[in-house]
Amino acid sequence: MIEGTGPALAFWGLSALTLVSAGGVIVSRNLFHAVLFLVLAFIGIAGFFLLLSAEFLAMAQIVIYVGAIAVLMLYAIVLTPRAGRDNRETWMAVPALFVAVGLAAVLLFAIHDTDWAKSARAYVLSAGELGRELLGTWVLPFQLASVLLTAALVGAVMLVRSPEEERKEEEE
Amino acid sequence: MIWLPFLVSEHWWDLRDLGNLSREILELIERGLGSEVAYIVSPLIGFVASFLLFVLPTQLYLGVYGERRLIGRMQSRLGPNRVGKFGLLQPIADAIKLIQKEAITPRGADRWVMWTAPVVFVAPAVLVWAVIPFGPNMVIADLPTGLVYYLAVAALPVLAAFMAGWSSNNKYSLFGAMRVVAMAISYEVALVLALLGVVLFTQTLSLQEIILWQRDLDIWLVFLQPLAFIIYFISASAELNRTPTDIAEAESEIVAGYLTEYSGMKWGLFYGMDIGYAIAAAAFGSTVFLGGWSFFGLEEWVPPWLILIVKTQLFYFVFIWTRGTLPRLRIDQLMGLAWKYLLPLAAVNLLVVAAERLWWKEAELGDGIVYLFAAINIVLAVVLLVGWARALGYRPERVRTRPRLVKEPLGYVPADSSAGGGQ
Repeated sequence: MIEGTGPALAFWGLSALTLVSAGGVIVSRNLFHAVLFLVLAFIGIAGFFLLLSAEFLAMAQIVIYVGAIAVLMLYAIVLTPRAGRDNRETWMAVPALFVAVGLAAVLLFAIHDTDWAKSARAYVLSAGELGRELLGTWVLPFQLASVLLTAALVGAVMLVRSPEEERKEEEE
Repeated sequence: MIWLPFLVSEHWWDLRDLGNLSREILELIERGLGSEVAYIVSPLIGFVASFLLFVLPTQLYLGVYGERRLIGRMQSRLGPNRVGKFGLLQPIADAIKLIQKEAITPRGADRWVMWTAPVVFVAPAVLVWAVIPFGPNMVIADLPTGLVYYLAVAALPVLAAFMAGWSSNNKYSLFGAMRVVAMAISYEVALVLALLGVVLFTQTLSLQEIILWQRDLDIWLVFLQPLAFIIYFISASAELNRTPTDIAEAESEIVAGYLTEYSGMKWGLFYGMDIGYAIAAAAFGSTVFLGGWSFFGLEEWVPPWLILIVKTQLFYFVFIWTRGTLPRLRIDQLMGLAWKYLLPLAAVNLLVVAAERLWWKEAELGDGIVYLFAAINIVLAVVLLVGWARALGYRPERVRTRPRLVKEPLGYVPADSSAGGGQ
């Protein structure tokens, strides 16, 4: 499976890092700390991608999840009053638990049903291959995702328009 | 090919390419102690070679001492000149002072996050150097996706700055942190689009191969992609919070931004690594746009790493120059510059490159065509930069708006306020 001491060490180290920081996300009372733990977990996942020689995916993971998504999450927390420090118990933990268990079940089902030996041979995840697959075989989902993101962007702009601007536009 | 004794060779004792020496050391270790030890030692060698031998000295002497002296010269003052001959020992004295100074943590601060923020800030500054090639064999990790690696690692300090600003529990720090993030998100888009133009030309993401491409065609990408180069320069200096664009730590507005509550060596780490990131951006820029360690054949005679170092320092000098010359911009001006000026230009640049590359490939033209592309792109860059600036209402001021001294009875003539200066 894993060849060599170095990769094995890296695998166990990364596993420990990812699991501990994922646990930290759940346990920490402070939302800001939770997001920082989440960043660590993302970095651990990027390390796994590196171990699987999908280095472009690892870089993309860091650029997108750490560089953009986590930073935006932090931004949202800072802009939300009273979200930052010392949260108490809420009943929202119960639905969250259900969603988490459901998601884990779906993932486990997918992992169990995939023929790993076959799929590991079929794909080489270099940047060039990835690009060709995305813009060739999977071009439709790729474009749909872009449309979705554009729609979200337009929606966000509509949401944050100030009432004065809206009034001005109505008058015109 | 005839063998010339003074060309850079592959012998381990040829210090003009230190990659040979490190490869020799690693092979010895692998034979003597096994591959596990070599696995651990190899990044250490890279760290020592690039960071301790080049980056840290450059940071101290060009960044701390040279920058202050040069800006002093540009602003008609002396700069540090007391400690040692010409003030050369000033960075050392500063470091000693910072180390023995107390690092205060405010009572309301988030102790842990405030403590980790400088650590998170420093680590990527070291990691960035892993992909910068200093010579044909002198690169720590020649990743096939080196360019994306650089972008990924260079995005991490934003997180550290945000951590610092939030954990200080100070409104000025928080303002600074929010501004850092706003700037980074805005300018990252234009920067990545500009670099995409380069990647489209070279068809590779590996920095080493980008240099080889430039060397083989005997042209630097700055001539092929002048627009991308200018966008890279502006965006990089905005992301690094250097003075024309340093609203995130503008001391006249928000004290020192996210650094307000830091003192002692914790502040020193932020300060030093800010310079480190600027040097890394200079090295990356000279690798991608200015041919890296190659210089039209000169790299076979003199050490390639010396060429890269000279290019990096000249690039960094331009950073210092802009810092010493230009006034600070407001935040709305900076956001407008990113979204209304640089981003459309980067998109147009990308379209032009894609068209040229397609034509080059489909018509099966020779490599000489790049000189035509260079001519087209330089003209296009000038037209687009000037034209789009005019369209947006940025106009060069032709009337004299500065007060000036003249030998007349009134002596001091104020600025001509009736001739409005446009923007």
